[in-house]
Amino acid sequence: MYVAVKGGEAAIANAHRLLADRRRGDRSLPSITIEQVVEQLGLAVDRVMAEASLYDPALAALAVRQARGDMIEAIFILRAYRTTLPRFGYSEPVDTATMKVERRVSATYKDLPGGQLLGPTFDYTHRLLDPSLIADEAVAEPAAKEPGEHVMRVSDILDGEGLIEGDGRMPEGHVMGDLTREPMEFPMARDLRLQALARGDEGFLLALAYSTQRGYGRTHPFVGEVRIGEVEVELDLPELGFAVSLGLIRVTECQMVNQFKGSAKQPPQFTRGYGLVFGQSERKAMSMSLVDRALRTDEFSEDIVAPAQDQEFVISHADNVQATGFVEHLKLPHYVDFQAELDLVRRMRREYEAARAGGEDGMKEAAE
Amino acid sequence: MNDLATYNFAYLDEQTKRMIRRAILKAVAIPGYQVPFASREMPMPYGWGTGGVQVTASILGPNDVLKVIDQGADDTTNAVSIRAFFQKVADVAVTTKTKDATIIQTRHRIPEETLKEGQTLVYQVPIPEPLRFLEPRETETRKMHALEEYGLMHVKLYEDIARNGHIATTYAYPVKVEGRYVMDPSPTPKFDNPKMHMSEALQLFGAGREKRIYAVPPYTEVVSLDFEDHPFEIQQFDKPCALCGAENVYLDEVVLDDKGGRMFVCSDTDHCEDRRAHGHAGQMLARPTQESQEAAE
Repeated sequence: MYVAVKGGEAAIANAHRLLADRRRGDRSLPSITIEQVVEQLGLAVDRVMAEASLYDPALAALAVRQARGDMIEAIFILRAYRTTLPRFGYSEPVDTATMKVERRVSATYKDLPGGQLLGPTFDYTHRLLDPSLIADEAVAEPAAKEPGEHVMRVSDILDGEGLIEGDGRMPEGHVMGDLTREPMEFPMARDLRLQALARGDEGFLLALAYSTQRGYGRTHPFVGEVRIGEVEVELDLPELGFAVSLGLIRVTECQMVNQFKGSAKQPPQFTRGYGLVFGQSERKAMSMSLVDRALRTDEFSEDIVAPAQDQEFVISHADNVQATGFVEHLKLPHYVDFQAELDLVRRMRREYEAARAGGEDGMKEAAE
Repeated sequence: MNDLATYNFAYLDEQTKRMIRRAILKAVAIPGYQVPFASREMPMPYGWGTGGVQVTASILGPNDVLKVIDQGADDTTNAVSIRAFFQKVADVAVTTKTKDATIIQTRHRIPEETLKEGQTLVYQVPIPEPLRFLEPRETETRKMHALEEYGLMHVKLYEDIARNGHIATTYAYPVKVEGRYVMDPSPTPKFDNPKMHMSEALQLFGAGREKRIYAVPPYTEVVSLDFEDHPFEIQQFDKPCALCGAENVYLDEVVLDDKGGRMFVCSDTDHCEDRRAHGHAGQMLARPTQESQEAAE
């Protein structure tokens, strides 16, 4: 007998209750505090802030906890909150040259003004599981705790010699776009592309960046510089007539230096790929700078031969909140469409069987 | 962090609503044309009706009566969820009755009952571009629409006929609106296409992820693409609804057992319930068991 599929509301409520139970886990264990997430899972918090485009460690930590550690879910929660916030204005561009660097490395110069500063990096750690973390043993104080050096940018060194293209500039009269406020249109200018890449999925950008290294749109890159540290965010207030500081944010910047043989219009020189990400995420900033450079085909009269160079392909698919929504929507009911397809396949199947039966009869007749 | 969650009426801020209303007005002015709009992140996933939700949120007023259906039914989980969302953020009256609703948000169906003047049907659209699977590039498809270059679509339909003897598109069947734009009616079965033609109701289409809004104003020509020798035709069902006996409605196939048992019932649950309330009975309704009645309550 047919049982109507009722009770959607109760089922949803029960599912969410179960989810809350699983999220909390064993009640005999203390629940994680937001502060603990911020302090001890800081890179997860950074990724959520970066891809949600909202710099707020406490809210990002709350999202991570609410999402049970599912990064994309946490990013989604924080973005859905961000979108409801009123827009006061647009900050001045942050000046990364004045960054208080806590990490700064260059692959193009052995030594340079300000030196190489390793900072809090996984690099050169041996990836051996560390049992001391289980016992929660005391951790030594760092040798130098406070970041604070201002060091010159590597790109400025090359710039002094005129061997590298200038810092990215938009054409005269260009009004800076806002990806979150205007509909996307292609071809997309570099300011909007960089916004899309900055909030794009780390894994997707990593894979695309990797593909350029393996020959799918090769850009001959060198890490001019990766730097991590705090920069000041300033907002210009028309009432005051000058910019006021809103505070400090930690960012990771990557300037990729790429070989360029020159074209009819430009002399041989180095070109740049740029990456800037909230928090500490070298992987993302480096991937972003590789993809940014790969996408600049029109500026250098390069042929589009690989996926990473195709801006409509890259930008349309970089957003993990969009991607996960659309992929996962396939689990929603589709039985109306499926019924239509079922009907068609049955009909075509009947025609196929009839044709085959007809064919076999024909064969028999011919054999007789 | 406690003062974090305060939201405007119908969730979206008024600036956003104004932006969406402008897109809707443009869409109404150019029937079938896809208007880009600055789609917002919504608190439900992209692909789950964010376009429809934004359109509904922008046109919803405190006196509206909202109906939400998915696959024709008011009680599918996503319809329940979207309805609950608007009850929560707009405290708006809701109904399951098609004729009582001023706004109907839908996914994959058009109600069986003919819509009337003053009603608005809001479609959730996954891929607004009818040419998308023929040409993946937005830059190209926009050009094709601008030049009214729809040959590719006719070739596709022709190839269907050449290969299969008939057009193998069963849902999201392309239509031409007011003799100009080829439009995707969203993944409704082609059974519903004729209902769009000269409808008294305003039909709005929202695609959140793809950031497009389009519209069919009341009393607008909507013609399903076809050929003179292969005219458009809708699905036919052999049997009437097993619960209400309705004919010429779209039916869902329900699997009854693991021995090939099937029944066909109305996909439009409100239409089916209404017919039953008026004394119509299908073949399977005549002998309901105690058990199934309890489960249905």
